[in-house]
Amino acid sequence: MIIQALAFYVFAFVAVAAGVMVIASRNPVHSVLFLILAFFNSAALFVLLGAEFLAMILVVVYVGAVAVLFLFVVMMLDINFAALRQGFLQYLPIGALIGIVLLAELVFVFASWTFSPDVAAVIAAPTPAAAQVSNTHALGRLIYTHYVYLFQAAGLILLVAMVGAIVLTLRHREGVRRQSIARQVARRREDSIEVVKVPSGSGI
Amino acid sequence: MLEIGLSHYLGVAAILFTLGLFGIFLNRKNVIIILMSIELMLLAVNINFVAFSSFLQDMVGQVFAMFVLTVAAAEAAIGLAILVVYYRNRGSIAVEDINMMKG
Repeated sequence: MIIQALAFYVFAFVAVAAGVMVIASRNPVHSVLFLILAFFNSAALFVLLGAEFLAMILVVVYVGAVAVLFLFVVMMLDINFAALRQGFLQYLPIGALIGIVLLAELVFVFASWTFSPDVAAVIAAPTPAAAQVSNTHALGRLIYTHYVYLFQAAGLILLVAMVGAIVLTLRHREGVRRQSIARQVARRREDSIEVVKVPSGSGI
Repeated sequence: MLEIGLSHYLGVAAILFTLGLFGIFLNRKNVIIILMSIELMLLAVNINFVAFSSFLQDMVGQVFAMFVLTVAAAEAAIGLAILVVYYRNRGSIAVEDINMMKG
């Protein structure tokens, strides 16, 4: 029990500290790296909660794809990030005010949270015992049966996002020499070779 | 203190969500950091979903967290694509330069 509590506090503290560094660090590359750290520690929290599959998905999708995408964009764009930090503290008071109010509201709501006694009656899909069915297996049983249409819709969303990203960033540059295989294949001997009788001493 | 309950996880998620909101205010000029702050907020939402799912013994929370993850990945891809196109056209990503539509 004490090890579980200790692990929770370590992971939670590192996740929150990394979150602070994401928004406070000077260099956006460091921000992305701290975001990766925050995601890793949140994945560890998911493992503590018994959601192993989501933890691995978080690492694969966020650290493997989203964070690397951020890293690519940050390094690809040639931006003077120091100029973007002008007026960094201008909105600090109002931001701090709204943040503190929001945090206080969230804490008031969640700190006194108790489940109603008849909550067991409204559970949609009870978690099977972990000893018999693993988390991944249980999740698979659910998303391929009751939620199969939502699962397909999620795939469609990803497809649309992929097509959208490609359409947005694709550009046709003028004056670029490209290989045209159709023209190469359609080329005939008469178009390109000419046999000329050259009289001696005169040239063509 | 040593008994980790639901409110501990909800507290971590609340702090992360507030940090994301605060980051949007703090880095008002830098779109990349704003996108990262949105990712932090979505992560906090996911922690809430999984915490409730675990303490209620209900798998649906984890299914929903997976869909949130999908939408977050799609949003990041589209957002960064728009950012790259915008930088190519205008040579800047400062928020105050995004005023062509006078919105």
